[in-house]
Amino acid sequence: MSATFVGMPAFPEAARRALENTQQRHNLAHATGTIRDKRAAVVAEVDDWEALRLAGAAIKDQTLRHLDDHLVALEAALQERGATVHWARDAEEACRIVADVARAHDVDEVVKVKSMATQEIGLNEALEAEGISAWETDLAELIVQLGDDLPSHILVPAIHRNRSEIREIFRSAMGEVGRPAPDPLSDDPADLAGAARLHLREKFLRARMAVSGANFAVAETGTLVVVESEGNGRMCLTLPEVLVSVVGIEKVVPTWQDLEVFLQLLPRSSTGERMNPYTSTWTGAVPGDGPQEVHVVLLDNGRTRALADEMGRQALRCIRCSACLNVCPVYERTGGHAYGSVYPGPIGAILNPLLKGTGVDEQTDSLPYASSLCGACFEACPVRIDIPSVLVELRGQVVDAHRGGVPKPEAVAMRGAGWVLSSSARTARSERAAAFAGRLLNRLPGGRRQGDRRVLGSIPMPGAGSAWSQARDVPVPATESFRDWWSRTDGGEDES
Amino acid sequence: MDTQEAAGVRVGLMITCINDAMFPDTGKSVVRLLRRLGVEVEFPPAQTCCGQPMVNTGYFDEAVPMVRNFVDAFAGYDYVVTPSGSCTGSARHQHQIVARRSGDPGLVRAVEEVAPRVVELSEFLVDVLGVVDVGAYFPHQVTYHPTCHSLRMLGVGDRPTRLLGAVRGLRLVELPAAEQCCGFGGTFAVKNADTSVAMGSDKARHVLDTGAEVLVAGDNSCLMHIGGILSRQRSGIRVMHLADVLASTEGDAGQTGDAGPAKTEEMLP
Amino acid sequence: MSARDDILARVREAVSDAPEVAEPPRDYRRAPELAGEDLLAQFVERVEDYRATVTRCTEAEVPRELERLLDGVLRVVVPDGFPWSVPGGEPDNAKSAAELNDVDAVVTTSSVGIAETGTVVLSHGPGQGRRALSLVPDLHVCVIHADQVVAGVNEAVGMLDPLQPQTWISGPSATSDIELSRVEGVHGPRTLHVLLVE
Repeated sequence: MSATFVGMPAFPEAARRALENTQQRHNLAHATGTIRDKRAAVVAEVDDWEALRLAGAAIKDQTLRHLDDHLVALEAALQERGATVHWARDAEEACRIVADVARAHDVDEVVKVKSMATQEIGLNEALEAEGISAWETDLAELIVQLGDDLPSHILVPAIHRNRSEIREIFRSAMGEVGRPAPDPLSDDPADLAGAARLHLREKFLRARMAVSGANFAVAETGTLVVVESEGNGRMCLTLPEVLVSVVGIEKVVPTWQDLEVFLQLLPRSSTGERMNPYTSTWTGAVPGDGPQEVHVVLLDNGRTRALADEMGRQALRCIRCSACLNVCPVYERTGGHAYGSVYPGPIGAILNPLLKGTGVDEQTDSLPYASSLCGACFEACPVRIDIPSVLVELRGQVVDAHRGGVPKPEAVAMRGAGWVLSSSARTARSERAAAFAGRLLNRLPGGRRQGDRRVLGSIPMPGAGSAWSQARDVPVPATESFRDWWSRTDGGEDES
Repeated sequence: MDTQEAAGVRVGLMITCINDAMFPDTGKSVVRLLRRLGVEVEFPPAQTCCGQPMVNTGYFDEAVPMVRNFVDAFAGYDYVVTPSGSCTGSARHQHQIVARRSGDPGLVRAVEEVAPRVVELSEFLVDVLGVVDVGAYFPHQVTYHPTCHSLRMLGVGDRPTRLLGAVRGLRLVELPAAEQCCGFGGTFAVKNADTSVAMGSDKARHVLDTGAEVLVAGDNSCLMHIGGILSRQRSGIRVMHLADVLASTEGDAGQTGDAGPAKTEEMLP
Repeated sequence: MSARDDILARVREAVSDAPEVAEPPRDYRRAPELAGEDLLAQFVERVEDYRATVTRCTEAEVPRELERLLDGVLRVVVPDGFPWSVPGGEPDNAKSAAELNDVDAVVTTSSVGIAETGTVVLSHGPGQGRRALSLVPDLHVCVIHADQVVAGVNEAVGMLDPLQPQTWISGPSATSDIELSRVEGVHGPRTLHVLLVE
C-alpha cells in the first residue's frame, strides 16, 4: 500500500480524466453540498465571525513575522516539560527522525493520527521501506489506505467514495492487515464505522508507538493541540508508550489564550459543527498519564520558501480546515486527485507552488491556473487568505520563470494582444478586420443565427478557438465595433 | 446626487474590449439609458482594454502599457462607468499591482487617481444617481446570475436585482445556486476548457430549471460562455446584459439582439 | 550547520524585509449575553444536539441518578477523587489499555462546560481520571456543576491551565467520513450522559 502522487499529469489533463468519473462527480456534488450547508448554518450563528476572522489572520501574521522567536520559545517550553525536540529541513530528514525513534524502541508498527504534515512528507512509505507498518486510524484515511488509494480532500480524504465502494474495500482488504470485516456487512455508514472500530481497536491496544501531527503548538507553554472527531486521535495520543508529533513550523501560536480564536474558527469552518467531538491538548510528557516518551519534529520542507514570498506568505496562516475546497466550483467537479498533491483545492493550488517553487515542474506550474478566480475560497477562509490574489501572483511567477527561452504559443499570443491593445489605433484596425469577417460570415447561407447574427459552432482549428467551441457556440464578431458606431453616429446623436 | 446634479459631472464610458468588438449593442444601451436619466456620457476614443486577460494569465509586464493607456484615456473624469463587474474589478484592484511592478511612480500615482473612480453600471445607477426605477419596460420572465467579480470583488450586492425588480413587466425568478461561478474565468475557459464547460453546464441546467426565457448578468464575458452552452444545447433561452434590459422601453420590440443594425450589412465593401 | 540553526536562519532571512504587523484586534471578545437559567438551557440544548443526554438534578440526587444511568452496566471504573460513591465501582489502579477495554463504563467530574458549543472539558485532575479512563470504556457519565458552565470558548480558555492535559468533549465520538453523513460512535465512548448538578 504505497499509492503516490508522483508522476501525476498537469491539472488540465488530470481534471479531464476526473470529470469523466461520473460516480465521483455524483459523490462530490453530494458531499460538498452537504458540508457547505452545514458550515453556512453554524457560521451564521456567530455574530462576531468577521471579528474572529480578522483576529485569526492577525495572530497568524504576527506570529509569522517573528517566527524565529516563537520557535525558540516553543522548543524551550517543550524541553522543560520533558519532550525531545527535533528539527527537520525537509521530508527526508523528518522521516529519518521518526524511523530512528521507531527503531530505538524496536517497534515494527505505529498507529497514526490523521496528519497532513506526515502525508506531505510521505512518512508511511518511508517507514514501510524500513519494515515498519504505519496504520492510519482515521476512518477516511483507513478507507484510503485499505483501498490503495490517494486522499482527495484535506478533512474527508475519502470524500470521492460512496458507501457501497467503502463496503467493498472493507470486505476485500481488512482481513489482509488485521481483523477482517464482519460478515455480513451492510453499506449503512453506522455498520461501516462499527467495522472500523473493531478492526482498529486491536491495533490501538497493541501499539507501542504513535505518530501524530498537531493543529496548533503554543509557544509560551509548549502545548500541542489535536482537533478530531472519532476518538482515534485520543487513542493514539493516550495509549502508546511513545508519541512522535510532526509539526509544520507554521503551526505555532504565541499564547494559550490565542487558541480561543482558532477553536472557534476551525470546527465551524471545517466540519460545520459548533465544536468537534474531541480536542486533545498536552504539554510534554504528563507523569502517569499517556505516553511517557514524547518527541516533537519541527518541519520546514518548503515553509521558509513560502514565508519569503511577500504575497504568498499569507498561505502559511492556513489551519487546514478545507472550507475552501468545499466551496470551490472547480474542486467540486474535479475532486482532489487532479491537483496531484495531498493539498488539493484552492489552498493546494497556492500552497504547492509556494512550498515547491515555480518553474520547476509542469504539474506544479499548472496549479495556479486551476481556478476561475471566482473568489468563493477567500470568502470562506477563516483566516482570510486572499487565495485569488495569491493565484494571480503565482501565475506571474510561472510566466516569469519561462521568460527567456523559446516563447510558448500563449506567450506569443499575449505579447501580440498586448501590442494591439495598448494602442487604440491598432485596436480599431483589428476590430475592423473582425467586423469585416463578421459581415462575411453573416452573409454565408445556412448555419444558425441568434436574431440576425450568425453563431459559430465547432471551430476545427487548434488553439483557443477550438478549446472554446468544443461545447460552446460563439457569436461572430459584431459587424461594426462600438467605437466605429460612436464616431459614425456622433455617439448615437446622428443615428439615422 | 439626483439626475440634475448628474448633469454637472463628467462621466467617461469604459466600454471594455469585449463589448467593443463583440457586443456593441450593450454599449449603445448604456448610452441610451444614461441619457434617459440625464447623464451626458463621453466615450474617450483612446481606450482599449483594461489588461485583465494579461494580468489574470500572469503576463504582468505585457499589461503595463495597457494600464498606462487606460489611465491616460480616463484621466480627468469624475466617474468612469462600465457595463462589466469584472473589468471594474480589474481597474480597481489589479491596476495598482501592475503599476507598482512597472517601477514607475508616475503610473502608480495615476492609477491611485483613476482607479477609485471606476464604477460598475449598477453601482453608478444606485449609489451615484440614487435611482432604482430607471423607467424600463421589459415584459419577460427573467433570471439573474450574479457574476463572481461583481458579487465578491466589488460587492454590488442586491443592486442589480433591485434595478431589475423595478422594471415594469419584468418577472424575476430566482436562480438556484446563483452564487456559484459559471466557469468562464477568462483564460480559464480555454486553459481548463473541460472544467470550465462542466461548470458552465451546471449553470445552464440551473438556468433551464427556472423556466425563465432570459438570463441576465452584468458581464457579457460570462454571458458569452453560459449563452454559448445554452445555444449549443438549442435551449431556447436568451442571454442579455443588464444594461440591455434596463435600456428597454415600451418603444422597443423587446427583442434586443446583439447583431449590429441591419443597415450596416450594406457597408460591406 | 544543524537543521535547527539552518531553519532559524532561513526564517530570519525570509521575513527580514517583511513589514511589522499590528497587534491582533480582540474585539471578538463580546460580553456574554446569556446567564442563569438561559445559559444552562443553552448548554443542555447544545449538548443534546450532539445526541448526548443531559440530566439536571440536585446535589442530593446525584447518587440516585448515577445508579439509574449505570443500571445494567456490569463494570464501571471510578477515578480517584470522584466525590460520590458508585456501587460496584472499581478504582483505576493503573489498569492497562487491554484491561480498560473490558470495562463497560466510566464516571468522571469535569472542569468547565461551554454553553455556546455544548462542550465539557476534562483537565484530568482528581475525579476526572487520566485520559485513557474516559476514552476506552463505551459509556461515559460526566458530572458537571451548574456554576462550571460558561458562555463561550473565550471564557473557557481563560479558565483552563495549559500545563494540565485536556480533553474537550462535545457529544459522543462521531464521524462524517462516509458521504458526510454523521455517525455517532467510532472509537471513543459511544454513549455520553451529562449530569448537570444545580
